[in-house]
Amino acid sequence: MSRKHHITLQVNGDEHEFLCEPQQTLLDVIRDELMLTGTKEGCATGDCGACSVMLDGRLVCSCLVLAVEAEGTSVETIEGMASGDRLHPLQRNFLELNGLQCGICTPGILIAARALLEKNPNPTETEARYWLAGNLCRCTGYDKVIRSVLAAAAEMRGA
Amino acid sequence: MTTILDKPGFNPDRKYKIIGTSPVKHDGFDKVTGRAKFAADAFLPGMLVGKFLRSPHPHAWLRKIDISKALKVAGVKAIVTRDDFPEIKQGTGGGDMTRIAMAREKVLWEGHPVAAVAATSEAAAKAALKLIEVEYEVLPHVIDPVAAMQADAPVLHDYMRTKGVKGPDAERPTNIVERLVLSVGDADSAFKDADVIVEHEYDTKPMHQGYIEPQSCIANASEDGQVELWCCTQAPWVYRDRLTDILKLDSAKIRIQQSELGGGFGGKTTFYAEPVAILLSRKAKAPVKMTLTRVEVLKATGPVSGTHTRIKMGCKKDGTIVAADAELVFQTGPYTGSAFTNAPQAMFTRYDLKNVKTVSYEVVSNRPKVSSFRAPCVPQAVFGVEGVVSELANRIGMDQIDFRLKNAIVEGHKTIYGEVFTKIGFVETLKAAKACDHYNSPLPKGWGRGVACGFWFNRGGETAGTVNLAPDGTLTIILGTADVAGSRMSMSMMAAEEFGIPVDRVRSILADTHSLGYNRVTAGSRTTFSSGMIVVDASRKIIAELCRRAAKIWGVPEDGVVFEDGHCRPASSNVGDFTPLSMKDIASKTTYTMGAIAGHSEMNVTGAGPGFGLHIVDVDVDRQTGLVAIKRYTVVEDAGKAISPQQVEGQYQGGAVQGIGWALNEEYIYGADGRLQNAGFLDYRMPVASDVPMIDTVIVEVPNPKHPFGLRGVGEVPVTPTMAAIGNAIGEAIGIRPRSLPMSPPKVLKLIEEARVKGLGG
Ligand code: FES
Ligand code: FES
Repeated sequence: MSRKHHITLQVNGDEHEFLCEPQQTLLDVIRDELMLTGTKEGCATGDCGACSVMLDGRLVCSCLVLAVEAEGTSVETIEGMASGDRLHPLQRNFLELNGLQCGICTPGILIAARALLEKNPNPTETEARYWLAGNLCRCTGYDKVIRSVLAAAAEMRGA
Repeated sequence: MTTILDKPGFNPDRKYKIIGTSPVKHDGFDKVTGRAKFAADAFLPGMLVGKFLRSPHPHAWLRKIDISKALKVAGVKAIVTRDDFPEIKQGTGGGDMTRIAMAREKVLWEGHPVAAVAATSEAAAKAALKLIEVEYEVLPHVIDPVAAMQADAPVLHDYMRTKGVKGPDAERPTNIVERLVLSVGDADSAFKDADVIVEHEYDTKPMHQGYIEPQSCIANASEDGQVELWCCTQAPWVYRDRLTDILKLDSAKIRIQQSELGGGFGGKTTFYAEPVAILLSRKAKAPVKMTLTRVEVLKATGPVSGTHTRIKMGCKKDGTIVAADAELVFQTGPYTGSAFTNAPQAMFTRYDLKNVKTVSYEVVSNRPKVSSFRAPCVPQAVFGVEGVVSELANRIGMDQIDFRLKNAIVEGHKTIYGEVFTKIGFVETLKAAKACDHYNSPLPKGWGRGVACGFWFNRGGETAGTVNLAPDGTLTIILGTADVAGSRMSMSMMAAEEFGIPVDRVRSILADTHSLGYNRVTAGSRTTFSSGMIVVDASRKIIAELCRRAAKIWGVPEDGVVFEDGHCRPASSNVGDFTPLSMKDIASKTTYTMGAIAGHSEMNVTGAGPGFGLHIVDVDVDRQTGLVAIKRYTVVEDAGKAISPQQVEGQYQGGAVQGIGWALNEEYIYGADGRLQNAGFLDYRMPVASDVPMIDTVIVEVPNPKHPFGLRGVGEVPVTPTMAAIGNAIGEAIGIRPRSLPMSPPKVLKLIEEARVKGLGG
């Protein structure tokens, strides 16, 4: 077996370190070593978006990032989205508008949607749909997902 | 004894406080914060990783498996092969299940498990898999079901004889599992009364249920023979009974706890890795986790049956349909169990047909064993039927919905399978569709509009559950059905309504198999109906007990107490002047009365009200590429009574978009070598957010009098008419209606050219 690598990084603002094998992905490590299981694996090939996280402020599929590449980076996962007991407006709107059914896609969609609203606080329906085209949801048919995102955007703009 | 099934107590004039509202799901908070535990999110100390070795061949004798080298890999703790499974006779239910879990005499599809390894790391397990030596004797294979029916096709099982045929054909080894005839009246002669007859052949492709959570489980077997199993499942009790059957275990020694379910849609009604993980754990004497990869999910779980059908229907000029005739072939994978018998029962059920003939076949071939999916085997048949119905309406120049109204069934209809319907809402659904904004909006030039109808039986069945009253007056509900999209919340709402208390004072959880009696699979749109019945029954038992306790406390006769809005009150001023007792007042003093209060109920729930729906869709077809864009979509469906309208809408929308994927994109593509070529989400392309518009919904409410609140199941109907509606819309747009799924750009482009040559369409 190959030698393990020692990695230090920030996750949701906290310092973490772990040992990983060279072939392990950031997703593997987030889930299996750091035990942050809110980030999901739906495909491991970059096609479903369930593993979406922010890496140094960039939206990535954590299944496509090697864990060793994360040295010195700052990662944000779903576990860091609410502040204290205050949900992020996206989280609250998904709850109130039934933007989730089974919920397996939800963490990835919330992370991706937050990245959208940071770039574009006033997306059209079409822009939201194209931005989230990398996040598969098999339950909802996307209708209530998109409505939740647009409602959260409006709320955050104070509209 | 009279039960809630005889006396549901449905009251059409009842004013609801909670039912019909859409409060936030209690399990939702954990799902938006990442706390919710899905199957792969659990870990046990000392847990090993389990991995499968799978067959690269679609059909071969399995001659020899040598695991000696693999066992020597550092970190490998156990290897399981066919030799670890008890022998169960081929061609029996248990025999098939054990052979799906692990190949025995033969491998029967690419991806069939042949061995599994448990090791301390995934890397060690994978290294060991490479060292397992398997000797195959490759056989010719057959993928397509119609090809598999031919006399010269490679036969999968020497022992198989077609059920339902007589004569020399009945003696031959075959791939045709069964030939089933279901008829009423005399279709052949009735066609003579038809002014117009339409007959076409259709085919549909297998699609995968497509749940985003791959199957995952943890098995923990101890030395004394006990097993704990954690997994994502729609059917914990079914898993238990089948696992005890194939592994020869006592039910008392296996406890299954369902995790949060990351989608199932029928695909998690049957197990894959679970028996293997149990055997690995037994051998390794450690917990073993097995999580399927997406490639494994696509190659070796699900999908739904592909079909080939021929549909013929005839009507008079006034619109009366006089006869229908259908021939249907269902592909089931290498073993029986497609639920194909649903199709002849449901395919025409919504029209009042006196003369129907159907002949259905179930056929094995070298593909993964099919699994359930929303309204199993019905949408495939409806794709053809509603295509023919639309063409008949066009041929006699009648409005699409009027034509369906003319033939619509009503209360009292006796179905082809013998059931006589009580109150149904098909006519109301059609009228709501006719009145809705979408149907009455002008269609932009060049677009096509299609409609199609669907039906599903809706199911009941064995269900058990418990409601507990805590000293502070709050309620906890223990459910045996799975929660696929929010049913825990619906149960909490129904209990809260029955007690007249805020829903926040109720919580529902999902039981393990030791905690309740048998619960049938969560499928067939039975859960909110059946578990709802159990919850109301158990709640009523608690209410009766609360009244008994209040009578005792007040020293009055039991019938002197009534229960309303969470309180026991004197039935009248004659009983006495007592301050009402709240649930908490009574529950906090149970030590002094007769002990804790709980309600339990278990029964074979009957009275599920059938469901009907109609979909309207507008499409725009790119004449250069054949690409179909869904521009507008409306689902109209009878819910009986929507407990949580938001959740009902979610079912309508989700079902419709799954149908859109099935209609336009999703299919299994096999090479000549019998291997699946698109086993990944990039090439097996499900709809993404930018592929679809908002999905409008119209919830029709024709109450089911057999349920205390009038509800009907709503989960299956939304996928039954989708492909047909889209096919009809494309036909209206381009002049020729596609008859083969998926209606992908190359196929549609061909039809556009054909229409051009024939001078049809726009
Ligand atoms: S798991 Fe990373 S995109 Fe699907
Ligand atoms: S809510 Fe189930 S996959 Fe999106």
